[in-house]
Amino acid sequence: MDALHARISANPAFHALQAKRSRLAWTLCAGVLAAYYGFILMIAYAADTFRQPVHEGAVITLGVAWGAVVIVLSVGLTGIYVWRANREFDRLNARILEEAHRESHR
Amino acid sequence: MKIMQPGGLLTDPISAFSCGLMLMLGGAAMPHVLMRFFTVPDARQARLSVFYAASFIGYFYLLTFIIGYAAIAMVMKDPRFLDANGLITGGANMAAIHLSEAVGGSFFLGFISAVAFATIVAVVAGLTIAGASAISHDLYANIFRHGKATDHQVVKVSRISAVCLGAFGVVLGIAFKDQNIAYMITIPFTVSSSVFFPILFLSMYWRGLTTRGAVAGGAVGLGLGVILLFLGPTIWGEILGHGEGIFPYKYPALFTIIASFFTMIVVSKLDDSPRARRERAEFDDQFVRSQTGVGAEAPAQH
Repeated sequence: MDALHARISANPAFHALQAKRSRLAWTLCAGVLAAYYGFILMIAYAADTFRQPVHEGAVITLGVAWGAVVIVLSVGLTGIYVWRANREFDRLNARILEEAHRESHR
Repeated sequence: MKIMQPGGLLTDPISAFSCGLMLMLGGAAMPHVLMRFFTVPDARQARLSVFYAASFIGYFYLLTFIIGYAAIAMVMKDPRFLDANGLITGGANMAAIHLSEAVGGSFFLGFISAVAFATIVAVVAGLTIAGASAISHDLYANIFRHGKATDHQVVKVSRISAVCLGAFGVVLGIAFKDQNIAYMITIPFTVSSSVFFPILFLSMYWRGLTTRGAVAGGAVGLGLGVILLFLGPTIWGEILGHGEGIFPYKYPALFTIIASFFTMIVVSKLDDSPRARRERAEFDDQFVRSQTGVGAEAPAQH
């Protein structure tokens, strides 16, 4: 392993950042997957439920409403990741890189 | 209101899953999505770019609901847009174009037609250039001539392949002209989801992937995908006129993605060449780089 990479890898802050970031990423991913495959599962096994209107007398059906929610939710969850990564994670990352570079000059 | 109900595109659970998996994983690995990372100075801008793109793509998908239902409401009841058999003139793919005439008269029809034409020309030009440069630069210059071709030869091959690709595109366009555009998407998305996605995913998250495994799995995904699409109900059944497909599903992605991942993992596990051992050892370096961006601080100058 490259010396600089090894120093980064030895820093506990690197593993903490990596764990935090992947926890957020997989949580958001689970949200999108649940909404999206929930939609697919409903089409596959419970299409009748999707044929119900959202409320009595409405033209819009549950299927159309859920479809729109999946789209809006995906954009929203992307936004959450980008917001946290660009603020919090980038700052932690910059600190880890700075420490690694400083040690290499010692 | 039958039109707001799940309908004819997805008829059984396997098709529904296969289509869903194909659209999600295929979309994630499309070259235009990856290209996004070549045009930004740093990770921060790349993420912002992803967010803007996701917002516009979401907006576009919401519009398809509105355009689709508006077309059903305004085009399918208007005798101006229907032929003698009561079908939409020019095929179902023309619905959005007819809708512009129904909404905004001939002025709006002209505008939307111009937009559609400009989009088609831009896409065709882009694809022809990409295809011709892949053939002339990657296949001809680097593989067949081992980098010894002159610029003049490469340009000549590039021109010939642009003409051939154009002609091939016209032939395919005529063969597929009655197919719904929603089905046409199946072909690239099947390839993307069962070739590009498994390679990208495993190379980022699994230290065991070797080059041999990636090539073998990608080849299986591509070969099986093309064969199953060809033998499926649309190409074998409708276009070649055999009535039914030898392979029963319109969307083979579920099977090809599993086959591709499986081949990649098995071939990588069995691969014990010196190159494979070196590649596994390099994973830790790659992991640190991918997680922190170290070594990629300054954008590459082109």
